[in-house]
Amino acid sequence: MTNDGPTPLERFIRGILPENPVYRQLLGMCPTLAVTNSMRAAMTMAGAVAFVLICANIVTSLIRGLLKPHLRILVFTLTIATFVTIADRLIAAFMYDMSKQLGPYIPLIIVNCIIICRCEVCASKQSVFTATSDALGQALGNMLALASIATVREILGTGMWFGWRVLPAAWPDWVVMVLPPGAFLTLGLLLGCANWISVKWAQHGRKA
Amino acid sequence: MKNNYIGQAWLVLVLAIVFGSALAGVQTTLQGRINENKLKDTMTQIPNLVPDAETGVQDVIGGVTVFKAMDKGNQQVGWVIQASGQGFADVIELLVGMSLDGATITGLYVLDQKETPGLGNKIVDDDWRDQFNGQPAGAPLTVVKNKVTEKNDEIQAVTGATISSDSVVAIVNKAVGQFRAALNK
Repeated sequence: MTNDGPTPLERFIRGILPENPVYRQLLGMCPTLAVTNSMRAAMTMAGAVAFVLICANIVTSLIRGLLKPHLRILVFTLTIATFVTIADRLIAAFMYDMSKQLGPYIPLIIVNCIIICRCEVCASKQSVFTATSDALGQALGNMLALASIATVREILGTGMWFGWRVLPAAWPDWVVMVLPPGAFLTLGLLLGCANWISVKWAQHGRKA
Repeated sequence: MKNNYIGQAWLVLVLAIVFGSALAGVQTTLQGRINENKLKDTMTQIPNLVPDAETGVQDVIGGVTVFKAMDKGNQQVGWVIQASGQGFADVIELLVGMSLDGATITGLYVLDQKETPGLGNKIVDDDWRDQFNGQPAGAPLTVVKNKVTEKNDEIQAVTGATISSDSVVAIVNKAVGQFRAALNK
């Protein structure tokens, strides 16, 4: 196997910010908007995505030598669907309330582009170690993105964070923030911030 | 051998078998726990489904598993029946509250559903489920569209989710019919 792709460390770091699945690749927007009205839901989702991403990347990388080019997408989908179903059953067994709250969004991880994208870009071409660190980086990037959106929405919408009160009870809850419009507003503003920061960084790098 | 269908697709076939067995294993291991969770959920919902009810006692009537809804003084005040059937996306599981004589539906609760978010999953909303409260159980309920229901036996469909609405009403009708037949035996 040739190993000309990025090294495991590069893969890991890229996932966190330079190739952040939400802020830079704009993948997986549907769950990002739908489950970020509370930290609990967002972290459950991020955990489920991390589990599926890591398992799917490892399995795909292990069988990468056997893949037929025209059947690879089928194999990716089969692998992802299996781990999503396992995640769904585990959540239904051990986090029943969360399973009811997230409803169909857990099974819908199957069609989350972040995972199939990592199988295609990294796991089907590079070693198991690289694929694992790639999955860890992307999962962490996804988790940070969901956490940032959910933090803004939950605090402004309910005055709480992870169910703990952080703003005084006098805070007039901005209910719109926990409703769908709040998801679009927060995502748009944070996306703008992320772009602004990366432009600033690029300019700073050029001057130095 | 290299170019025939098996040569091309053996990996997909092998993976399908391996993954399929793995899922069967996971399902067998976790099924008991998931059912326990659902039973706990059912018990906490019984007071919302039957007026004055406090607790539930599992029972079997004519081969149908039901819950007797009991009030504070341990007197039976109604029934809660389990119902399930195919929805738009996946199996929908429901709980239906019934009056003691089985003549009136007193409440509806969605135990499990995977309907389309934003459309079909509105079947879990209180406003929609409340339409079932007080409906007579003698005749099957019907689904109507774009009309405020004034007549009994009619349930207004969720906008954009006719199949989900039809499915819930069909599941309720079937379960209520079977329960009434069992009760009157």
